[in-house]
Amino acid sequence: MTGRADITLSVNGQSYTRRVDPRLLLSDFLRHELGLTGTHVGCEHGVCGACTILLDGRSARSCLMLAVQAHGAEVETIEGQGTVAALGPIQQAFREHHALQCGFCTPGFVMTILDMLRHHDLGDDAAIREALSGNICRCTGYEHIVNAVRALVRERGKPA
Amino acid sequence: MTGAPDAVELRPKLVGQRVRRTEDPRLLAGAGRYVDDLTPPGALHVAIRRSDQPHARIRGIGATEALALPGVVAVFDARDLEGMIRPAIPASRMAGYHATPIWPLARGTVRYVGEPVVAVLAESRYVAEDALELVAIDYEPLPFAIRAADAAADGAPLLHEDAGTNVIIAREFARGDVDAVFRDAPVIVGGRFRMTRKTAVAMENRSYLAAWDRGRAALTLHSSTNIPGIIRDVLAGCLELPGNRLRVVAPDVGGSFGGKGSLYQEEMLVAALARRLERPVKFTSDRLEDLSATSQAFDEVIEAELALDAEGMLLGLRAEVTGDIGAYSIYPWTGALEPVQVASFLPGPYRLAHYRGRVRGVLTPKPPTGPYRGVGRPSSTFAMERLIDMAARKLGMDPMEIRRRNLVTAPEFPYRTASGIVWDRSAFQECLAAACDHADYPALLRARDAARAAGRWVGIGLASYAELTGIGSRISVAPGMPINTGTETAAIRIDATGAVTAAFGIASHGQGLETTLAQVIADELGCRMEDVEVQHGDSALLPASSGTYASRSAVLAGGAATLSARVVKAKLLRAAAHLMDVPAEALEASGGIIRARSSNTSMSFQEVAQAVYAGMGRIPREQREELTASETYDPYLGTAGSATHLAMVEIDPGTYGVTVTRYVVAEDCGRIINPLIVDGQVQGGVAQGIGAALLEEVVHDDDGQCVTASLADYLVPIATGMPEIGIVHVEAVLPATLGGFRGMGEGGTIGAPAAIANAVADALSPLGIEVDTLPVTPDRIFRMVEAARLRNPGQRTGA
Repeated sequence: MTGRADITLSVNGQSYTRRVDPRLLLSDFLRHELGLTGTHVGCEHGVCGACTILLDGRSARSCLMLAVQAHGAEVETIEGQGTVAALGPIQQAFREHHALQCGFCTPGFVMTILDMLRHHDLGDDAAIREALSGNICRCTGYEHIVNAVRALVRERGKPA
Repeated sequence: MTGAPDAVELRPKLVGQRVRRTEDPRLLAGAGRYVDDLTPPGALHVAIRRSDQPHARIRGIGATEALALPGVVAVFDARDLEGMIRPAIPASRMAGYHATPIWPLARGTVRYVGEPVVAVLAESRYVAEDALELVAIDYEPLPFAIRAADAAADGAPLLHEDAGTNVIIAREFARGDVDAVFRDAPVIVGGRFRMTRKTAVAMENRSYLAAWDRGRAALTLHSSTNIPGIIRDVLAGCLELPGNRLRVVAPDVGGSFGGKGSLYQEEMLVAALARRLERPVKFTSDRLEDLSATSQAFDEVIEAELALDAEGMLLGLRAEVTGDIGAYSIYPWTGALEPVQVASFLPGPYRLAHYRGRVRGVLTPKPPTGPYRGVGRPSSTFAMERLIDMAARKLGMDPMEIRRRNLVTAPEFPYRTASGIVWDRSAFQECLAAACDHADYPALLRARDAARAAGRWVGIGLASYAELTGIGSRISVAPGMPINTGTETAAIRIDATGAVTAAFGIASHGQGLETTLAQVIADELGCRMEDVEVQHGDSALLPASSGTYASRSAVLAGGAATLSARVVKAKLLRAAAHLMDVPAEALEASGGIIRARSSNTSMSFQEVAQAVYAGMGRIPREQREELTASETYDPYLGTAGSATHLAMVEIDPGTYGVTVTRYVVAEDCGRIINPLIVDGQVQGGVAQGIGAALLEEVVHDDDGQCVTASLADYLVPIATGMPEIGIVHVEAVLPATLGGFRGMGEGGTIGAPAAIANAVADALSPLGIEVDTLPVTPDRIFRMVEAARLRNPGQRTGA
C-alpha cells in the first residue's frame, strides 16, 4: 500500500486535519475517524443512498468516495442539520409526518431532500418521488416521506 | 382500583391519538445507536470467507499467508473452534422432522454459496478483508440438486447424509372428505402457483459486537436482532454461560422484517471469539453478504385445486405445497415455519368444510429460509385468492360477490378453519365492503371496462385474508417449536424521583413501540407520556423474554403494560391516600398529579414517590410498598387480524411494466393505539408486498450461485413505483385481548401480492392469461403474452 495522506476538510463547519489511508472510504472516515455515526452505510455500492452527505453543497454518496477526495471540501452531514433538542426543518417535517420508522435510511433522505429543496421545484408529487428515487427506504412505503417533502415545499414558498 | 371504566373515558386519552414518536428526535439527529456505531477500544474486526461452492467437502484450509499480513491477529476455521462452542439445535416436536445443527463455521462440508467457512480477525476491517483473499480453501465438489423438486426425488444427492433424505419436513392437514367433494363438484379450478424466493433487505445490514469482561467472566453481545431474549437463551447453552453472565442487547435496529429474527452463525462466532481472545470482536455484514447469507423467504410451489358449487360457494380445497427451505433448518423457528404455514393458512378467511393440504420442506444448497414479514401467508393468500378469482371468472361472477358469499360471517365466529386455526370475531365481511366502498368499486369497474374497450391492459384485483396475531401460550408460533413465545412481561417502576420506567421483553426495530407502549402506560397510570421511559431490546431487563415478531408486541406488551400499570397505580394511590388522608377510592391521577375528587388537595407523582422511598416515617413501615410491578400477560390463543386489499393496475404494452394506479386497504386491527404508526405499518407492508409481487426475486443459477447479490439485481420498491394507499380502519367488534388490540405489523405484506396478482391477471384476462408466478416481472408478462399469441394467433392481444 502506498503511504498515508494528509487531508484537511470542513465537516459541518468545523475544520479537521487527519492522516488517512488513501483507500479509506469517506463514509468510514466520517463514521469511524470523526465519530459522526449518523451517516449510515447500507449497501457500499451506491444504490441505497443511506450514506448521502452534502459535498460542497450537493448531495453525494460517501460510500462511493475516498476520504482523500474530500480534501479541501465542505462536507455536511446529518449531525449538522439539527440536534435532538432542536431539530432542523426537514427533521421536524419527518417527525410531524411519521416519515421514518427504523431510522436507518433517514439521514440519507434528509441530506438528499436538503439538496433537492435547494435546487429543484418539486412542484408535484411525481417530481417529489423522482427526487427521492435514489434513496431506498424499506419501512415506510415512501408515502409519509412524500407528505413531509410536500409540506416542506409549501413552507419554502413562504417568507421566513 | 379506582374509577369505573366510564370515569376513565372522561379524561383525554393518549391511546387512539396521532402521537408523535419519542424515538424520532434521536434517530433524526443522527444520534441513534446501531451496532456498527459502537466500536470499543481494542476491538477486533472479523471478515468472513464464505463458501463459493454449493456443496463440497473441505479438504484443507491454508491460513499461513493470511496470518502473515500485518494487522491480522488470528484466523479461525471450524477445527479451531472445537471445544469453544456447542451447536444450536433447531428442535421441533413435529413428527418426521430432522433438525440440522448450526455451527458458527462450516465443519468439513459446505452446503450453500455464502456459508461462513473461515473467520479472519484483524485490527481493521480493511485488513481483515484483505486477508480473506489470502486464505486458501481446497474443496472437493459434491453432487447436489439445486431445485427443490429434484432434491425431493428418489436418489437425489443428500445434503445432510445423517438425515437420510432431503425432505426433512412432511405434514398433512385434512378435514372432511375432499376427494368425494371433488368427484361431484360442478366447478373446479386449479393451478400451480409459485412464490419465488425473497429476502428481507433491512436497510441496516446485520452487525454483531461481542465483548468479554475478564473480571466478571461475563459476555455482552450487541446484536442487530429482533429476538435478543431468544438469542440470550440459546447462546447460554452454546457457550455454557449462565444468564446472569450473558447479556444480549439489541440497540437501535435498522429494520428486520424477519431477516434479523433468527440465530445467526456470526452471532455465535463473535461471542465465542471474544471470550477466547478476551477482546471485543465485531462483525458487520456488507450488502453482498446480506443478500447471500441472511435468511431468505417463501420459495414455495403450491399445486392447488378449488371445488365450488354453481352458486360459487366453496366446497373443497386440496393442495400440495413444496417448500424449498435451503441448506439448514433455522433457529428457533425451523425450516417448517414458512411452508407449513402456507398449508395451514391456505383455506384463508373462508367458510370451507373439506380440505386436504400436504406440505413438504426440502433441503437444497441455498441460504436457509426463515421468517419474513407475513410468514407463509403471503404465499397462501396469493394461491387462494388467485383460485377464488379463477373460479369467479369461470362462473361469470364478480370477484367481490364470490368473496362476499364465502367469507365467514359475524354469527359464525369463532370459526375453526379446515386446518384447525380458530378465527375469533373479526371484520372479514366489513373489510371487503369497506375496501370496495372506499374505492367506489362500481366506478372502477366502469373505468376498467372503458380502458379495456380502448385496448388498454387495465385490471382490478381484490384479496381478502386473515392472520393470527398476538399469539398466546396455547399455540407455537412455529410448528412444533418447543419455545413458548406466548407471554410478555412488563416491569414498571416509579423511582424515588417520581420517574416511570417500563421494561419489556420486546425489541422494537422501527415499529415505534417506545411511543405506543408509553401511550398505554401513561393512560393507565395517569401520568404524562414524557414521564415514561420504555426500555426494551435487552435480555437483562427481565428474567425471560423473546422479542418482537409475529405481530405480537402491541397485543402482548400492551396487555402486560396495562396489567403492571394497574398494579403500580393501585400502590401509588394507596400511598397517596395515606399521605393526603383521604380514601384511595377518592383519588384520581392525570398528568402526573394525584387529586382528591372532593377537595383541592393534590400531590405529584414525585412528591408521593419521595415520601414512599425517602421520607423518614411519612408512611408507616407496614404500609410501605415499593411502587413497582412485574406482571405477565398471556392472550392464550391470540386474535385474528383481517383485511381486504384492492389494487388497480395498468400494464404498458410497450415495456410490459406494471403500474399500480390505485390501492386501498380496509383492515381490522382492533383498537388503534396510534393511527399514525398503524398507517405507516400498513403502507410499509404494502410496499414490501408490491415488491414481492412485481420486483423481488432471489435467483440461484443451476450452479447454485446467487445471481441477485446486489441491490442493482435484487430490486426493492423505490418512491416512483409506489402508489398512494387509501387506508380504511374498520373497528367492528373489539377482540377479547386486554386493551382490544390486534396485531397489524405484517398484514400489508400478506394482502398485496395477491391483490396485485389478481389485478394483473384481470388486466390480461382478455388474452386468457392467468398469473401463477410472482414476481410478475415485465419479462414474465412478455413471455405470457407471447405464449397467448401463439395459442391464439388471430386474437388481438394488445394496444
